[in-house]
Amino acid sequence: MSRRRVVITGLGPVTAHGVGIDPLWSALCEGRSALAPIRAFDASGFTAACGGELPADFDVKDLVPKSYRKATKVMARDIEIAVGGALAAVRDAGLATRGTDPDNPPTIRADRVGCHIGAGLIAAELDELTSALTTSRDAAGKFDPGHWGQQGMQELTPLWLLKYLPNMLACHVTIIHDCQGPSNTITCNEASSGLSLAESQRVIERGAADACLSGGADSKMNPMAYLRQELAGRLANCAKDADATKAVRPFDASAAGTLIGEGGGILVVEAEETAKARGARVHAVLSGTGASQSWCEDTVGLVPDATGESLADAIHAALRDAGLAPSDIDAVIPFGSGVAALDALEKNALARVFGADLARKPLVTLAPSIGTTCAGFGAIAVAVACRALAEQKLPARLNTAKADGLDAAAAPCAPRALRHILIATPSLGGQNSAAVVSRAI
Amino acid sequence: MSTTKNNRRVVVTGMGWVTPLGHDVDSVWKRLLNSESGMGPTTRFDARTFPTSFSAEVRNYSISNFVKDASVHASAGLNSQFALGAACQAWRQSGLDGFAGLNRRRVGLYLGAGEGVIDFDNYAASNIAGWNAEERKIDGVRWAEHAHRAMDRMREVEQEPNMPLAHLAREFGIRGPALNCLTACAASTQAIGEAFSLIQRGDTDVMLSGGTHTMIHLLGVTGFNRLTALSTSKGDPTKASRPFDATRDGFVMGEGSGMIVMEALDHALARGATPLAEVAGYGSSADAFRITDIHPEGRGGAASMAMALAQAGIDPLARRADGRASIDYISAHGTGTKENDSIETRGVKRVFGANAKDIPMSSIKSMMGHLIAAAGAVEFMTCVLAIRDGMLPPTINYGTPDPDLDLDYVPNKARAAKVDICLSNSFGFGGQNDTLVVKRFSA
Repeated sequence: MSRRRVVITGLGPVTAHGVGIDPLWSALCEGRSALAPIRAFDASGFTAACGGELPADFDVKDLVPKSYRKATKVMARDIEIAVGGALAAVRDAGLATRGTDPDNPPTIRADRVGCHIGAGLIAAELDELTSALTTSRDAAGKFDPGHWGQQGMQELTPLWLLKYLPNMLACHVTIIHDCQGPSNTITCNEASSGLSLAESQRVIERGAADACLSGGADSKMNPMAYLRQELAGRLANCAKDADATKAVRPFDASAAGTLIGEGGGILVVEAEETAKARGARVHAVLSGTGASQSWCEDTVGLVPDATGESLADAIHAALRDAGLAPSDIDAVIPFGSGVAALDALEKNALARVFGADLARKPLVTLAPSIGTTCAGFGAIAVAVACRALAEQKLPARLNTAKADGLDAAAAPCAPRALRHILIATPSLGGQNSAAVVSRAI
Repeated sequence: MSTTKNNRRVVVTGMGWVTPLGHDVDSVWKRLLNSESGMGPTTRFDARTFPTSFSAEVRNYSISNFVKDASVHASAGLNSQFALGAACQAWRQSGLDGFAGLNRRRVGLYLGAGEGVIDFDNYAASNIAGWNAEERKIDGVRWAEHAHRAMDRMREVEQEPNMPLAHLAREFGIRGPALNCLTACAASTQAIGEAFSLIQRGDTDVMLSGGTHTMIHLLGVTGFNRLTALSTSKGDPTKASRPFDATRDGFVMGEGSGMIVMEALDHALARGATPLAEVAGYGSSADAFRITDIHPEGRGGAASMAMALAQAGIDPLARRADGRASIDYISAHGTGTKENDSIETRGVKRVFGANAKDIPMSSIKSMMGHLIAAAGAVEFMTCVLAIRDGMLPPTINYGTPDPDLDLDYVPNKARAAKVDICLSNSFGFGGQNDTLVVKRFSA
């Protein structure tokens, strides 16, 4: 019995370059970076005061049906990103859904559409919460739980909790687009989107759905979420007046941290036979995925596993799943954060897989342009891989002066024969995800 | 991929839990069959003035009774601590701790674990310190100055919902696929279902799966109180959780963990393990209806039940050769909210038709409270125990029948029954629904 092939028919990345694949792809090809001083809050008390926020004109109200605008009040930023990405993906895939075309039957029956959207740990908006907390203070100015229980909590909107549950990304997307098939919310830090795409693949393979809205979204543009990135040792030293576009240098000997980008992406992942039957344009084939868990000496993974052994296991599993050999891979999109310990982990993992060939495998680095996109990374990377395969072209690389033993130094956009692209991600916590995306023929 | 791999049978070979009624499988099971309640006044924070000041807390628990070396888990939050105790029990029962031939790259993890508990005192203090009263907003610089001093690196990282994975992977040396899902109250049912499908697909041979969570903390209770989802009953907390009763007024928060070892049957038999039960079907769906309400006809729950039964090869409307209904027991989601219990009842009737009234359905949330992300795992485990012992756990505090809820809720007292096939439901806030079907193992 051969298994169902799974293809990608819709791309909906949401990044500091905007909503959709076009603005992202042009910026990557032109070598533009969107990293800039953070606007969401005054970040000058942190190591990095710069990052990659969505464009200032991003407004989720423009990206939901009119009848759904009221619900945008209970959307954390992470949810807004997922909702925007889903609309872009559905449009790109040429699908009619309840969200895009409420007056007509959907292209794919609602109970055959699944939804897998990975998420990060969502932080509450501090202005809203603190405005309520400050009503419950004792004489010394300290928070008073007695007053809070009796009165203070009434200051919070009744639906307050629902803004921050990680499954609310999928909740809103499934309601807007009427996806009644299997739906899951994978929360494995930076591996979340990649693992979500793999789950969509399995769900489609086993016949529980024909298509899935799949990916992930994350925003750390909140002092609490941002502090966690700082405490995890991720941030580069980058003051407000420094040149943020030069701050992230993945795999460079001088790499000294990253900048955080908010973003993510939703893709339409579909059974090849149903995509063909509806005459869909196929961007690429999701030909294999793999996953693994690293051994973390410090248990939690703040000190990444330098050997890269388990990330290599995940890559091997993805290659096996795709029926390919390492030599079939023409380019790699690594996490490529510019955090030295993570870069070393990735380099060692890739060396285990590709051996002496590694120096000839181009690595596509995204972080200098859009920042490190946390739980949103895998979906953005797969969207970029799809466009690269379609255009047979590698986007530009920024900032890295010299990457020993790797093809990762700054370079302009260039044509390239591409059949298979590998996307791989380690995570804080030790979960690894890998995927192989192949040219649609 | 071969068909044998796709049809791989999957069995449960180990189980463990840490719950408000105790920390080992058999004593907690006995207490459930005795209709005991784990509820009491909330002690994890000062909840005295809250609309809900009671809950079902895990008591007198320490990981040092379970793990090999507690020092490698020194920073573990309560969620990871509960997970470690439950998983150590399951691992030991499965016999994997003494199995030298285990390929740890073929062992995976799939948890439905909740996030850790926020460091509330330092968080609130930082927020208050950073508050600009005139502009009614946080001054980022003042906030950061206070927070950098006050907050602890390990305490922050332990709040990430994938940390229970990290602790379990460290404890058991697991190197295969590792995933965590957080679909609110459906999470650990979904985790077990997806773990089952990873073994079926041939990606792993063994999965450690289940859930862990506590939301018994100031902001957790605040959130659910604001949603008016929690019981605000006055008087004896042990009477507060009243699933399917006409006077039910919300759920009671519980906490804890349930973990199981699941294994490909061929792998289990080859190493001489004893299957406790067979996982027969898994279904998953989304309501896609409203943010706060369940579809009134129970459409999503009915879809996940139908999918799980179909995979198990069970026609819910048929009767078995001996005249019994299509299955023997339903472990209900049964939260005790007005809406859930009515709609779940409607959904069960929709799926099982005339059989519905002959299938006992109870909610152990009446005794343990709602373990949120971990609820599905402990409820799945009670199904396995019901099959093992031929006993059905009751729904306690059932006194006033609701005229619209006319199924057999196993009121107040456990009951002996012939139990071979059970179904366990979990429906998440936000509309994700999951169902598992588990049956007696026979070679």
